[in-house]
Amino acid sequence: MNEVLLDLQNIDASIENKQIIKNFTLKIKKNEIHVIMGPNGSGKSTLSKILAGHPSYSVDKGSLVFCNKNLLEMSPEVRSHEGIFLAFQYPIEISGVTNYDFLRIAYNEKRKYQKETELDPLQFMELTQRTIQKLKIKPEFLNRNLNEGFSGGEKKRNEILQMLLLDPKLIILDEIDSGLDIDAIKIICDGIINNLGKDSSLIVITHYPKILTYLKPTHVHIMIEGKIVKTGNLELIDYLEKEGYESFIKTCNSSN
Amino acid sequence: MNETKNQTSFEIKQVINQPYKYGFETNIEKETFPCGINEDIIELISAKKEEPEFLRHFRLKAYKKWLQMNLPDWANLTIKPIDYALITYYSIPKQKKRLDSLQDVDPEILKTFEKLGISLDEQKKLSNVAVDAVFDSVSIATTYKEKLAKSGVIFCSISDAVKFYPNLVEKFLGTVISSGDNFFASLNSAVFSDGSFCYIPQHVICPLELSTYFRINDKDSGQFERTLIIAEKNSSVNYLEGCTAPQFSENQLHAAIVELIAFENAKIKYSTVQNWYSGDEKGIGGIYNFVTKRGLCIGKEANISWTQVETGSSITWKYPSCVLLGKKATGEFYSVALTNHYQQADTGTKMIHLGEATKSKIISKGISCGFSKNSYRGLVKIASNASSSRNFSQCDSFLVGSSSLACTYPYLDIWNSSSIVEHEAKISKISEEQLFYLMQRGINVEQSISLLISGFCKDVFTMLPMEFASEADKLLSLKLEGTVG
Repeated sequence: MNEVLLDLQNIDASIENKQIIKNFTLKIKKNEIHVIMGPNGSGKSTLSKILAGHPSYSVDKGSLVFCNKNLLEMSPEVRSHEGIFLAFQYPIEISGVTNYDFLRIAYNEKRKYQKETELDPLQFMELTQRTIQKLKIKPEFLNRNLNEGFSGGEKKRNEILQMLLLDPKLIILDEIDSGLDIDAIKIICDGIINNLGKDSSLIVITHYPKILTYLKPTHVHIMIEGKIVKTGNLELIDYLEKEGYESFIKTCNSSN
Repeated sequence: MNETKNQTSFEIKQVINQPYKYGFETNIEKETFPCGINEDIIELISAKKEEPEFLRHFRLKAYKKWLQMNLPDWANLTIKPIDYALITYYSIPKQKKRLDSLQDVDPEILKTFEKLGISLDEQKKLSNVAVDAVFDSVSIATTYKEKLAKSGVIFCSISDAVKFYPNLVEKFLGTVISSGDNFFASLNSAVFSDGSFCYIPQHVICPLELSTYFRINDKDSGQFERTLIIAEKNSSVNYLEGCTAPQFSENQLHAAIVELIAFENAKIKYSTVQNWYSGDEKGIGGIYNFVTKRGLCIGKEANISWTQVETGSSITWKYPSCVLLGKKATGEFYSVALTNHYQQADTGTKMIHLGEATKSKIISKGISCGFSKNSYRGLVKIASNASSSRNFSQCDSFLVGSSSLACTYPYLDIWNSSSIVEHEAKISKISEEQLFYLMQRGINVEQSISLLISGFCKDVFTMLPMEFASEADKLLSLKLEGTVG
């Protein structure tokens, strides 16, 4: 019953001719929460960029299949419409464009793609009002310029607001917890868990095990030098907390 | 994935290389004077228009001054030499008799304006705007004349004003921009053909927005129009100007003058959306736009506000300015200038503070794409008598692609110590990260770029009257949008 959502096979990926991801393989089914941990520079963020289709990164080898469709043939906006959502580590600020206008355009673009009628500004306002309440966001938030002058917590909360409105199938959280205090992490994780679509899956990229007490992963992966070197469950985290990445790096080196 | 990257930059190119929509030419019979400029031609124009003596003198005096002047060379522009002998200075659609109503206007011309989205038919016209339509050298029609007359507002072509209100014209014409002001102003003063005239009497708030639409149709003719707006004590008016031209491979000259005069506590808001043909992607053809616009705040607490959206022309040379003479007078300048391909724009403003406690504000947004050159040039002068005056300037530039150029030339000339002058400047580029962020949320590349640019221009767009704000937004998207629509 458990269908495959994302199937990554033997991927090599690079930026500016520098290879970052090497022979990477990962399969994610519906309703799973995968955590990817690893030292700095191991290629975790690159993985999120190639899934979303960032034009600076190139996939040199391997296949990326999402819901039985070839991701490599899709532009970034089509991947978004198909249900891939990347919550950015550093959400971009855009001046002169209100959060509300941006959300409405993004939302309606997806409706158009799915051949549904677009929501007019009033209908959309109703929808957003309901959604922001779930995240304890103040309505003024919508009239501010997109991410401009937002605090770290506000920016991340805004990412989750976009996520809820776009209702994606695969959510990639790229260090959503970095720079946030414990309360903010809890609000964001509650927002994600309580509102996750019923067949949605998560990829959580993080350095801090703290977030995992809220997100309860089904799989834990250790990524070193561009590939997954160890997969396990929450116990792997305990091991990691005690031993660090050291032992994995050694295995990685010896296998090379 | 490399392909995706190339595709993205390719798409950006398409997005900003939208062809010109108003490039069609109207075939009508027209009456043109022999090309070239000399005293005979000027006499001929004056005689043809049955002008009073003062105007004939004004023209001839301007011509004599022009002969002694040289093309200004201080602007950051490369201008191909213009042969003034090859330009036709007078071209009008041929008509047998004076026009009494719209029925008498050549249907081809009416169609042209319909195509441009400007209905001259008052029945069809819904929005609250009175229009004066200028085709090549003459004003074709002015709408809502009667309605305006009821409140005492005069709005007509400047030719009609010369005929029916010669005293007003004689009193004010050339008082803000003298016939010897600069090379192009003198040329205009010598040969100007038509334009709009507007007079708002004391204590009258003009009940409609007034609008002029300029269309250059003739291939070899220059358009030299002249606008004169006078707002008497405690009056106020909103004025809009739009312009287009057909697509020719030759450059056409447009040298206009706009003079504004605001008396005590009067308010003039002048908005322009300029979309002259800008030449093709190789920089062939397009309008040379050399315009002198200046407003005089003569009375206490008078206010003049310029808003311009400049998207067209091969070359733009334009500095809408304010002379702040009255105590506590205020001047404002809001500008968006978008250049693409090989377009060149040298535009900005002059704020001349002469009166006490005068205030001015400058917001300029330049967007350069392709191989274009976009310069802001602005002067803030605060005279010794203009104590406790204030100026705030903000000049932002936005670069798209790697071959465009943005320059800022602020001149500050301050002669007293009680005034405050602030200047802010910022330059930015469309970043791949911004585009990627928007695209990750499902917004395609062209929509993302127009979103970024309209966000960049927001401060200025909010200053435009409602009718124009959406037009300006559409125009920018047109210039920016690619394959779709």
